[in-house]
Amino acid sequence: MHIAIIGNGISGVTAARHLRKQSDHKITLISAETDHFFSRTALMYIYMGHMRYKDTKPYEDYFWSKNRIELRKDYVEQIDFQSKILNMKGGNLKYDKLILAVGSAPNKFGWPGQDLKGVGGLYSFQDLENMEAYSPNLKHAVIVGGGLIGIEMAEMFHSRHIPVTFLVREASYWNGVLPPEESAMINRHILEHGIDLRLSTELKEILPNDKGEATAVITNKEEKIDCQFVGLTAGVHPNIRFLKNTTLEVQKGILVNEYLETNLPDVYAIGDCAQAENPLPGRRPIEAIWYTGRMMGETVAYNICGKKIAYDPGFWFNSAKFFDIEYQVYGTMPAKLPEDHETLYWEHTDGKKSIRINYNKNTQQVEGFNLMGVRFRSEVCEKWIKEKTAIKEVLQNLGLANFDPEFYPQFEKDVVATYNNKTGENLRLKPNQKLNAVQRFLKSFS
Amino acid sequence: MSQVNSSLALSNPQQLEISALQKVALALVGLGLLVLIIAFAGAQVVSSWVMFRISFFGIAMGSLLYTQQEYKNKPEGIKNNGVFFKSISSGGVVAWILGIVVTGFYVCLYWFPALLEGIIRMHDGLSMILRGKIADQWFVYGTFYTVAVLLMGIKFIYKYRHNKYQTIRTLSVMFFQLGFAYLLPAFLAAMNQPEEYFSYFWPLDSYALRPDWIGSKAGIGNFGYFVIITGFLLPFVVTPILTYLYGKRWYCSWVCGCGGLAETAGDPFRQLSDKSMKAWKIERWMIYSVLVAITLLTVLLWVNHQTHNNLLGGITEPYKKTYGFLIAQMFSGVIGVGFYPIMGSRVWCRFGCPMAAILGLQQKFFSRFRITTNGGQCISCGNCSTYCEMGIDVRHYAQRGQNIVRASCVGCGICAAVCPRGVLKLENGSVDIDQRTEELKTIHISADEVGILEMDA
Ligand SMILES: Cc1cc2nc3c(=O)[nH]c(=O)nc-3n(C[C@H](O)[C@H](O)[C@H](O)COP(=O)(O)OP(=O)(O)OC[C@H]3O[C@@H](n4cnc5c(N)ncnc54)[C@H](O)[C@@H]3O)c2cc1C
Ligand code: SF4
Ligand code: SF4
Repeated sequence: MHIAIIGNGISGVTAARHLRKQSDHKITLISAETDHFFSRTALMYIYMGHMRYKDTKPYEDYFWSKNRIELRKDYVEQIDFQSKILNMKGGNLKYDKLILAVGSAPNKFGWPGQDLKGVGGLYSFQDLENMEAYSPNLKHAVIVGGGLIGIEMAEMFHSRHIPVTFLVREASYWNGVLPPEESAMINRHILEHGIDLRLSTELKEILPNDKGEATAVITNKEEKIDCQFVGLTAGVHPNIRFLKNTTLEVQKGILVNEYLETNLPDVYAIGDCAQAENPLPGRRPIEAIWYTGRMMGETVAYNICGKKIAYDPGFWFNSAKFFDIEYQVYGTMPAKLPEDHETLYWEHTDGKKSIRINYNKNTQQVEGFNLMGVRFRSEVCEKWIKEKTAIKEVLQNLGLANFDPEFYPQFEKDVVATYNNKTGENLRLKPNQKLNAVQRFLKSFS
Repeated sequence: MSQVNSSLALSNPQQLEISALQKVALALVGLGLLVLIIAFAGAQVVSSWVMFRISFFGIAMGSLLYTQQEYKNKPEGIKNNGVFFKSISSGGVVAWILGIVVTGFYVCLYWFPALLEGIIRMHDGLSMILRGKIADQWFVYGTFYTVAVLLMGIKFIYKYRHNKYQTIRTLSVMFFQLGFAYLLPAFLAAMNQPEEYFSYFWPLDSYALRPDWIGSKAGIGNFGYFVIITGFLLPFVVTPILTYLYGKRWYCSWVCGCGGLAETAGDPFRQLSDKSMKAWKIERWMIYSVLVAITLLTVLLWVNHQTHNNLLGGITEPYKKTYGFLIAQMFSGVIGVGFYPIMGSRVWCRFGCPMAAILGLQQKFFSRFRITTNGGQCISCGNCSTYCEMGIDVRHYAQRGQNIVRASCVGCGICAAVCPRGVLKLENGSVDIDQRTEELKTIHISADEVGILEMDA
């Protein structure tokens, strides 16, 4: 059997690896982007000089031939689903089963000037090259869109001493996801780095010079900001333009069932480009993040190799870094607190660290954790959430969740004190919950 | 207009201008180095004690001022911007020049100390104060070494000031270098005792167990016995216990002088270590060969001693000389330090050090230490592997949710520091000691449902 995979990102590559582990099928991995799999999440570090391109490749180049995964650098222009043929510039390819792992593309909202030279997103390696090409003479950059990629782009230019204006439509950075306090913390941190942060500000238009390059932007407040580069980072959407008007069923993304099967036989879709027909409770139909792509890649491999398994990403977690402040989330932590939830929020006096725990008012069970500048242990949080552990129990054992490096100051007792203050309780933190205690806890059954 | 570079090698960023105070700082360092060069050339402009003080003051004050200016206005956090753009830290021309100068210094030190006469005489004043006798090349070497560990240690602490583990660990190596590897031996010399280095022991100090001590040192009295007893206790009792408890890091990145230099002066070069599978293979061959070689040498020396040189006298001497030349001098000194800017800061520790070999075996098989991977949070970015000075492909483990238990890991903690997603934590625990390397934790498909499969890579 010949399995073709379009897309050599995390989802396609994970699928290929697991297919190889389980089978002897012929595997072809196709991508138009780079010869080898690299970590998209590390694009910023290449630009900032922390790493070279080659350092972002998770597998050495010999890995692919050793594992008999054929690589093909080409663009799939059309798919003939009927006769199972991929049409590429470099020739056609016949497949028996097909995995679509084609990822995302940056959003553009029809702004005048959005296709000028010197306007670009940050998604692909080519986007990075484009940013690089404009950097040497760049006096000022404007970034449009206050999400995770926007702040990364701001940090990138900042690392090269290029002044940045950061246009954020919302009244506070990423406040659709972050609760108000965390969002305010990141606003402050962005300003601390000398970024010109413009909240509640939208792009209206990008002005060209006589060479067709961006030369300024106009905002919805009719302000004109001179610049030589405009970064468009207002989110991404599934990269499925070349699949429109085929028999493949698509909406925003490629529709898949719980086995990651599309409406067509022998065609699967995974990663950023997949849209769940029936999303799991509390989950969104499209989750364009690294971890879900990886888990889908693994799941699809099992399904293709005849072990039918429904996709189940488990509990929600994610992480990011805003300049110097690390962010982790475990469990569901909506920006706006649901009616029946209570929140416990502690913030360090330095204004750069915080711990938030949400729990249910009625059942008292913990719902999730939001961490800024503090690291928590994934498995411990997962177990508490899955087992619906009560907030008091969690607080007394909060030391188990600490994942900061040794000798770091620990703030669990401050969190407990905050709770006691708020509720009049007199809870005490169990001291010295080191790795042995953690292991015992994780192995225990409740 | 500058050239646009669209290849995979990205063009250099513009450097921000250095501040006026930083120029002063560089001038001071330059002055200090100039005085050293003048002394090296053999000229004595003013008294050698004055020259020493000018040089010391210039280099110390200049580099401290530079460090302070470099980091004072930057928010706390990881400071790796531009590492691969700067010539000195990316194996460029400046790195090669520095590498050649340092290598040349080592060659002079080991084999042509007469060439360093001017510099050695500069150190007589300090040597008289500390040891009560004039300087020799080893005293000069010790002084350079210690000053480098201290000054670059301060720089390192400033750079990682948000990270308590890094701060404390660096204070520790600075303390052991200054106290145990510099002042204490000098003090012993002043007391007419042998210059013992208690922070080095067998097998790193290849002759620490040499049998001829038994005869000669016992004569010196209590101190001789003390030296002999610690010489046995440290490698065979203290080391296994501490390594069981904390991993080899208690020595390699907290106590050892070679490690101390690598972690401080070598820090700007840590990213140059080779991460390939091939390098790992070479590493394992080399390091265990050196361990076998030194063990054999020690056995030979003892057999020889017991048989009054009758049995093996003929071969032991040349063997010992060869080991001394190839391993102790060429490898640990010339290549180990001279090649910092080219091959990274831990070449000796990784490919040669017999002490690291033993500690590594203990760490791998009888230790509570591991680097825990935080569930499925890894985004495979590669920062951890890139900045691992031991060339460990940390990401390989982290991205599959596996803990890291590697013989060569010196527990510097930098992988955990640079990880942008909080994935790694160095820790010790005995409860799961046999399952430290258990695989495939990130799977969200239960293992029973599908049956665990061996992962190829
Ligand atoms: C700058 C940046 C930072 C990020 N940081 C994080 C983070 O910290 N955490 C996180 O969870 N997520 C992060 N993400 C999101 C994460 O990277 C994506 O969710 C993930 O890479 C998607 O993987 P994928 O395999 O689905 O698709 P992709 O990685 O997009 O791979 C799709 C591949 O298919 C190729 N392709 C598409 N169409 C065709 C065609 N017709 N023919 C041939 N090849 C084709 C594309 O060129 C591409 O190489 C980040 C994304 C970006 C851009
Ligand atoms: S694995 Fe981490 S702690 Fe160990 S040597 Fe490498 S960087 Fe240091
Ligand atoms: S630095 Fe962290 S996120 Fe990046 S590869 Fe290493 S463990 Fe994974």
